Amino acid sequence: MEYLPLMARITRSLDEALAPITDGCMLAVPRETSGVAMAATRALIRRGVKRLHLVALPTSTLQTDLLIGAGAIATLETSAVSLGEFGAAPRFNAAILAGAIHMRDATCPALHAQFQAAEKGVPFMPLRGLIGSDLMAHRPDWKIIDNPFGNDDPIVLLPALKPDVALFHAPLADRDGNVYIGRERELVIMAHAAARTIVTVEEIHETDLLHDPLFAAGTLPGFYVEAVAVERRGAWPLPLPDRYGIDAAHMSEYARLAATPEGFAQYLDRYVYAKRAA
Amino acid sequence: MTEFRDEELLADVICRLIGDARHVAVGAASPIPATAALLARERAGLHNSNRLYVSLLGSRAHTFFTDGARELFDCAGQGRIDVFFLSGGQIDGEGNINLVSVGDYERPKARFPGSFGSAYLYYVVPRVILFRTEHSRRTLVPKVDFISAPGGSPDNVVRPGGPIALITNRCLFEFDRMQRRFRLASVHPGHGVEEVVENTGFAFDRPAQVPLTPVPSAETLRLMRTVVAPMLAEIYPQFAQKVFGVAAPLPSAHA
Repeated sequence: MEYLPLMARITRSLDEALAPITDGCMLAVPRETSGVAMAATRALIRRGVKRLHLVALPTSTLQTDLLIGAGAIATLETSAVSLGEFGAAPRFNAAILAGAIHMRDATCPALHAQFQAAEKGVPFMPLRGLIGSDLMAHRPDWKIIDNPFGNDDPIVLLPALKPDVALFHAPLADRDGNVYIGRERELVIMAHAAARTIVTVEEIHETDLLHDPLFAAGTLPGFYVEAVAVERRGAWPLPLPDRYGIDAAHMSEYARLAATPEGFAQYLDRYVYAKRAA
Repeated sequence: MTEFRDEELLADVICRLIGDARHVAVGAASPIPATAALLARERAGLHNSNRLYVSLLGSRAHTFFTDGARELFDCAGQGRIDVFFLSGGQIDGEGNINLVSVGDYERPKARFPGSFGSAYLYYVVPRVILFRTEHSRRTLVPKVDFISAPGGSPDNVVRPGGPIALITNRCLFEFDRMQRRFRLASVHPGHGVEEVVENTGFAFDRPAQVPLTPVPSAETLRLMRTVVAPMLAEIYPQFAQKVFGVAAPLPSAHA
């Protein structure tokens, strides 16, 4: 047991790993195709997490719709929410029409730039585009300046975005909490930007991921990782790159049920509160 | 004449609009543009030696990006993407697109998913092709309720990119960036100019004689159905099934 301090990063339970995600915190999550921690999302709903400021980098699908429907979100900051090929995100749309959540509409590269500012430890990042978009009118935190190196060249500055916690699902972690993320490099940027990072993984890799150069290039060092919990098929029903695809039948069922508040409540009972195995 | 579906006609038209390009990128929820981009790559492979790079957002097999989701945008910011595609819940006659909501932003009557990358890519990609398969007064409006991204910008705003065309289920419009105005370029077989006028909420220019959109050739249909369709099934399984009758690939076995 001489490795105990290192092994402490691998938690015994999912709930233990999720403890830093407290009511009202700013939580960053990735897009559907990058590894969404859906088992963890269901656990957060079961725990009754409230008033989250959710930042979806840069878009979201089922995860955000589910959290909104469960009443877990106060503020949502992202560039788009839908169920992709399965249609509109019904609980998101209903919440916006009812004014039930505070929406901070963004555009994908702006969110990427804001996370990049945070990982560099600088206060802002400039970005082209945006000027003349109505997004600017509703984002007083986005400012236009005159490029100090140019001549009559207006450009937008975006403030650094520093989430309290980043949460995602990945294929592998080793006993030191190094997490293999492969090509999903935005997960690294997200972890660099966030104060704490919590990861669920399919399985534990028994040797040091940083020791193998092929793994190391696609690995988030454990230095940035607060806790790892093992959740096999932890992205279900969403896909995990190179591991499994989306569960289309389940997504269709969700889209159908979530169309009404009653149907959504049935979905929660059946798939979230019942802690049904994937 | 070989029978074809509307989606196949639209993909063929978009493929011609892509023309010569080095890098075509396709964003979320864009199955017809994805079909067109992959078709353009197949045609380029057959007809010339210049490699056409295609980046399909969300794809594993049809993208070369290795630096995360931001690489697409950084690539575009440098001018390394020639063609991109955008749609809109509403599109107006000045090329403004709305991907956010209908009515007042604070108290909307309807909500769309959101702006995605439009508020940036519309400015920096030289040739943006707009597509909207529902051509109606509800979607093609005199003025959008929310500008996700404007069709044009003041002279002092750095803007190498913008719209070149709008394709719908009824017709093809070309966009004049100087005048910020659409011009009817062709109507699709089975549709008419009066019908287009009737169903368009904005004013547009049109020639005295409006050509008919050419139909896809047998060779194009063959490429789309046999080579492109199986590629689409990776990220648009529902679309590939509905349009081409191609089943979704089985999830990878090494989970």
